[in-house]
Amino acid sequence: MTYSYFPGCTLRTKGKELDQWGRAAAEVLGFALEEPENWQCCGAVYPMAKDEIATRLSSVRVLADAKAQGRELVTLCSACHHVIKRVNGDMQRDADICDKVNRYLKLDTPYAGETNVLHYLEVLRDRIGFDALKEKVVHPLTGVKIGAYYGCLLLRPGKEMGFDNPENPRILEDFIRAIGAEPVIYARRNECCGGYCTLENKSYATKQVDKIMDNAKAQGAQMLITACPLCMYNLKENATNGLDVKYFTELLAQALGVKEEAK
Amino acid sequence: MMETIRRISGVNPRKCMKCGKCTASCPAYDEMEFHPHQFVDMVETGRIEELMQSKGIYTCLSCFACVERCPRSVEPAKLIEAVRLAVLRQQNENHLTANDIAEKLDPELPQQAITSAFRKYRK
Repeated sequence: MTYSYFPGCTLRTKGKELDQWGRAAAEVLGFALEEPENWQCCGAVYPMAKDEIATRLSSVRVLADAKAQGRELVTLCSACHHVIKRVNGDMQRDADICDKVNRYLKLDTPYAGETNVLHYLEVLRDRIGFDALKEKVVHPLTGVKIGAYYGCLLLRPGKEMGFDNPENPRILEDFIRAIGAEPVIYARRNECCGGYCTLENKSYATKQVDKIMDNAKAQGAQMLITACPLCMYNLKENATNGLDVKYFTELLAQALGVKEEAK
Repeated sequence: MMETIRRISGVNPRKCMKCGKCTASCPAYDEMEFHPHQFVDMVETGRIEELMQSKGIYTCLSCFACVERCPRSVEPAKLIEAVRLAVLRQQNENHLTANDIAEKLDPELPQQAITSAFRKYRK
């Protein structure tokens, strides 16, 4: 199976590991991730204003490209996924936005939200299946207690993202089980890390991540996993006394034996 | 101005039943002088100028907790975004400029943070 793949700005720079191990694991699992030739940054935040058109265009360009290829569009970064999925929803449901975007882009064929947008984790759950993934694991992470950190963007708004139960998700916990480790449930796994506000005020982000870390530690987590480079930054750089944090793809690659370092 | 905010956000603040769930859910609570339920009420009663002057429009994390949990689908975050845009779309009202970035850079900061902040804080 071949998917169109949108890496986004950060996976080429500060978030290389998220991309690199995701690609390596995809090879083992038997799906191909093909990048469109000329993708542009998604803008990192979803434009909530109804009258913002220009900020939606880069998402629609990559969505229309995937449609032309007849492929589903896969993302790894939580923020890219959030933006592209919601803009796609606007193209399906908001006639005014859809009309204006199409007038701007002047595509050969108008685009109206036909492409299916999937997060990499959804490919694992819904296309590969966690049971099939489990069978391919050669180095299970036996005994490691891992807290899944979802953050905001994969889950909310639940009606638009359709990713998992936004208040009590399980996809990352199921993933953790599939790679042989033990998931640790903690209440703050879907609370905000402080996001972009760290740029102006690091202590604001520290306040957020410390609450998350304290909660995860109290429940017995030894480390956290995330799918978002900005969550990764806040959890790693702004926590006072934080746990180790890894991208979920790195553990996936490790479990599949394509990352031959010690645990 | 009220009409502008309603048009940009697509939100009808009159649907609010004042349950306060948005504010109870808000991780930015301590960083806002007007909490989400107050924000909705102030848009409804036309106190937009006060909101435009408030720092809370820059400390909302856009985490969508209020959007998710609102039992009336009022979506407070969209009102906050609309008020912020009403400020930024005026001339010379950018909250952040390219010149401000250099001093805020930290070697580990992901590009995503800068892009997000630019999208949220300037036009």
